[in-house]
Amino acid sequence: MDKITNRDMLEKARSKSRQEVESSRCRILICAGTGCLAGGSGEIYKRMCQLVADNPNIEVHFGDGIAHGDGDIAVHKSGCHGFCEMGPLMRIEPMGILYTKVKPENCDEIFHRTIEKGEIIRELLFKQDGREYQRQEDIPFYKKQTRNVLKNCGHIDAEHISEYLATGGYKALEKVLFEMTPDEVIKEISESELRGRGGGGFSTGYKWTQVARQKEKIRYIVCNGDEGDPGAFMDRSVMEGDPHKMLEGMMIAAYAVRAQEGYIYVRAEYPLAIERLKKAISQAEECGLLGDNILGTDFSFRIHINRGAGAFVCGEGSALTASIEGNRGMPRVKPPRTVEQGLFAKPTVLNNVETFANVPMIIQEGAKWFKSIGTEKSPGTKAFALTGSVKHTGLIEVPMGTTLREIIYDIGGGIKGDGTFKAVQIGGPSGGCLTEQHMDIGLDFDSLKKIGAMIGSGGLVVMDNHTCMVEVARFFMNFTQNESCGKCVPCREGTKRMLDILERIVSGRGKLEDLDMLEELAGMITDTALCGLGKSAALPVMSTLKFFRNEYEEHVIDKRCASHTCSAMKRYIISPDRCKGCSKCARNCPAGAISGKVKEPFVIDPDKCIRCGACESACAFGAIHIEW
Amino acid sequence: MISKKVDTMDMINIKINGIPCQAPAGSTILEAAHASGIAIPTLCYLKEINAIGACRICVVEVKGAKTLVPACVHPISEGMEIFTNTKRVHDARRTNLKLILSTHRQECLSCDRNGHCELQNLCYEYAVDSNMAFEGEKIQYEIDDSAVHMQRDNTKCIMCRRCTAVCNVAEGVGCIGVSGRGFTAKIGSSFGEKLAESKCIHCGQCIIACPTGALSEKDDTSKVWEAIADPDKYVIVQTAPSVRAGLGEEFLMDIGENVEGKMVTALRMLGFDAVFDTDWAADLTIMEEATELLHRIQNGGTMPMFTSCCPGWIKFCETFYPEFIPNLSTCKSPQSMFGAMAKSYYAKKMDIDPNNIVVVSVMPCTAKKFEITRDDMSGAGEGLRDVDISITTRELSKMIRRAGLLFNILPESEFDAPLGIASGAGHIFGASGGVMEAALRTAAEVITGKSLGAVEFKEVRGAHGIKEATYDIGGTPVRVCVLSGAANARTLLEDIKAGKRQYDFIEVMACPGGCVNGGGQPFQPSVVRNFSSVSSMRAEALYGEDASMELRKSHENPAIKQVYEEYLEAPGSDIAHHLLHTSYVDRSEK
Repeated sequence: MDKITNRDMLEKARSKSRQEVESSRCRILICAGTGCLAGGSGEIYKRMCQLVADNPNIEVHFGDGIAHGDGDIAVHKSGCHGFCEMGPLMRIEPMGILYTKVKPENCDEIFHRTIEKGEIIRELLFKQDGREYQRQEDIPFYKKQTRNVLKNCGHIDAEHISEYLATGGYKALEKVLFEMTPDEVIKEISESELRGRGGGGFSTGYKWTQVARQKEKIRYIVCNGDEGDPGAFMDRSVMEGDPHKMLEGMMIAAYAVRAQEGYIYVRAEYPLAIERLKKAISQAEECGLLGDNILGTDFSFRIHINRGAGAFVCGEGSALTASIEGNRGMPRVKPPRTVEQGLFAKPTVLNNVETFANVPMIIQEGAKWFKSIGTEKSPGTKAFALTGSVKHTGLIEVPMGTTLREIIYDIGGGIKGDGTFKAVQIGGPSGGCLTEQHMDIGLDFDSLKKIGAMIGSGGLVVMDNHTCMVEVARFFMNFTQNESCGKCVPCREGTKRMLDILERIVSGRGKLEDLDMLEELAGMITDTALCGLGKSAALPVMSTLKFFRNEYEEHVIDKRCASHTCSAMKRYIISPDRCKGCSKCARNCPAGAISGKVKEPFVIDPDKCIRCGACESACAFGAIHIEW
Repeated sequence: MISKKVDTMDMINIKINGIPCQAPAGSTILEAAHASGIAIPTLCYLKEINAIGACRICVVEVKGAKTLVPACVHPISEGMEIFTNTKRVHDARRTNLKLILSTHRQECLSCDRNGHCELQNLCYEYAVDSNMAFEGEKIQYEIDDSAVHMQRDNTKCIMCRRCTAVCNVAEGVGCIGVSGRGFTAKIGSSFGEKLAESKCIHCGQCIIACPTGALSEKDDTSKVWEAIADPDKYVIVQTAPSVRAGLGEEFLMDIGENVEGKMVTALRMLGFDAVFDTDWAADLTIMEEATELLHRIQNGGTMPMFTSCCPGWIKFCETFYPEFIPNLSTCKSPQSMFGAMAKSYYAKKMDIDPNNIVVVSVMPCTAKKFEITRDDMSGAGEGLRDVDISITTRELSKMIRRAGLLFNILPESEFDAPLGIASGAGHIFGASGGVMEAALRTAAEVITGKSLGAVEFKEVRGAHGIKEATYDIGGTPVRVCVLSGAANARTLLEDIKAGKRQYDFIEVMACPGGCVNGGGQPFQPSVVRNFSSVSSMRAEALYGEDASMELRKSHENPAIKQVYEEYLEAPGSDIAHHLLHTSYVDRSEK
């Protein structure tokens, strides 16, 4: 694309892109998000391209018999649709057909039947409660969502800037550069009451205001793409599926606080996001949307990508900036705050991916529009990664204030299999759990804080009755301890001792005093740890103790795990009436835990038993069973 | 005491434990509380070196703050209300101490740090006992005793990072750092290499920075006891200038009390055959070094010339700036000069077989343990190491204690002659700027041939980083620079390379403040170090002794004159070179 040096040229580029997109009357969008790629969508893309190339003169039939000649079929790789459970996904426009669980061997049929003849392949459609859904937009999973940030994800080819321009991309940047002063931009963002989507929910406008009023003139914009919560992939999807939206947000922030350089910190485990961002940045630079004198104005801005090595703690602001600077990623004490002395000790706007992606829409549609979505104190939408024991896992976006019930049952399709709902872990290792009693609370920053949880970056792990809450607490504590930077005592040593206790409990060696000790440590760690990671490390334990204390007590007193999760609690028992005394189980036991006299019933010593199950599979008489 | 004049405009009103008080703006809570008579315990904080708020022992309550805040780094603000002694604060500190103890090898009875351990003291103050430690995993780290001068026992490490900070900030070496995460985070050298394989310069600043027994010098006292007990050995002891300025602290005397007389008595009572003063060799060093400097100036030698008394600095230069090796004075340090003379001149004079002489040095320094193992340190002949055993001030105090000597009430006595006679110039070697000043006193008179009126060169005194001055010596302006703390050497050498600074003579001491603050000196806890300049107080002891003396110039020392007349001929002679000068190696490969 040619260099764009003024407003007119940008608008021309936009309409040219739009024409290009519209000229192909059939667009085949194959999801190339990480999930679908893992499911083989790369192969599907190649096959579809091959089919289109091999059949240059075929006619395309859609709807009312519109027929078109050659060159009309465009095959694109799109970003993540969010419906990862059903991937690999293929969307066919203009019909809006969504084919699910597509395999490379389906391609020929799709091409020859759907593309050539306009027929629907029913086997590839999504079905729910006996209904088939032809159009993506009609699927309940999508219907109940409000996809603003994720609007383009899955619908445009993320690897071409023209696709973003065709959707009206960079209009917000254009607006701020030509119609707004930096202060007006900050005012608009402040009025929108946009709050940071990375977890803390801090006011974005206030953050920008603070940076803008620093005496130091060298300022930085940093985008936190170090999404580290287990099971969270909201930011990854934006970076992979609509990178320009986030870049545009960063540019607007830079204009607002008069920053010259921007950094995106992306974890190295997101190679596709890095690749797409690199492409997006170089394409933006090529056409003059990044670099010196953007659109002929005196605004200049550059964006660099920094790859994180995968430390969870690098999602913390000061650890993240330390890591960019080339130091060990460890949080430092505050004050000074990042807005005063952030990256390279300069005033820094540090927002996460989703926050920046909200910015262009707010500028375009206005603060009022933004505030009309969501709740009063938490306006806008929030993307959640919905995982766990729910039927339709994936990436969703809903207005703030949506209830858990709507998310799990309307969007997620309810609990998977025969399970019953037990709890949701929200906010990952820094968050807490929500239970049946919280089903109808509207989720936003403040409502969750009140009940001892946090929205975090938006991970939602649904758990059913097969999940042991003590084990969940142990899992997250293990995660936090492994990811602790080791700087402050409460986090380094305290979470280790909490983990020790939890490990004791799940292995059947817990004592009742352990529960008090857990509470004592949790309180002290929360009160004294150095950074946010440490201060919130005990949250999963505190909230599970609060809502599921009975499970802890069962583990400790009765040595029982009702969800049949903690294998230390299970007992292999030999039924004396079935045992023939053949000794096969004893001979197969690797721990020497089984003894007895031949031709008399054998017994298992539970203290020696390692619960491997070798005896059970060895027994020819079905005499060995498990008791919990 | 230096009182800082503070404008009332700069004062901030705060309340500590309900009592209104004022403190200068920019103070931390720790500083403001200390000025108001309230000590807040710390473990990781070391003023100007380590302010990272990691140990969370110093947490206090601040009205309006959601959580406890670390007093060591949290700045005060107008109207702030601080509570340092609430139950919440005490509980948090106690739990923190219990957590630290949970992973700490508690062998306090025999620990090198027993009695000087900041963790032990805090546990005592907060009534935290070893049986209160949490159950669970402990990591059994191997002790790293690879280095010649010290060892690291990570099972006693509390991860305060004072060692890594001092190694980076004060020394500019950075041979240790943190690796691993969470519970497995530990201090060590990069890629798991042993300390001996690292770029350590042996300064020992990490040891005196360590609040616990994780770091300690290699204890060589058993070798000394063995030598003394051997009837065939003639055991000579020499003590460095700074030892007398620090040793008293081990016996609860004031910082900066000069205990030379009691120390000499104690050494004699320990059974050394001769008790000599390294300060005599310091005078000898001045004769050789001043001569070398004049020779370089007059003959267009490599300039600027750097002093070479400090083995930490020598290793630093050899390791990081080998291009400056030609600039190093070839003079051995006073310790090694002494040893070479003891096994040649003194042996001959007393008719003792030098093979039977054991030279023990008592040094404020751990790098001296490395220096005695260097090549080209056998002036008196093959197999005759200049110095056989080097112990620190702390090790000497252990010997005194074990021998049951009541140090505080010992009578005073004088060093043996002739290797115990020293000038004031020799004494001030222990303070940063001392070698320079001593050299100037001699160089000025040697060049001009006239006796100096004033003998004090106060511009080069003081514990602060880089000091510079220009002196007119016999019509020649000599540009001198004095610095301590090897990190300052890095700054200076980079500036010299970039042509930003030009000097003729530069004194470098690796330890901040010079040898008085050496890595082998008595421990002072952070509560003392954070609020007073220990090195300046100790330096005062040496400057005070110098000022009280008649004999203040090395070249006027009769014992020095005598040794040149009887044995060495003249400064810089062949025999002097053979005995008193050495060579260096490029260590930049590793």
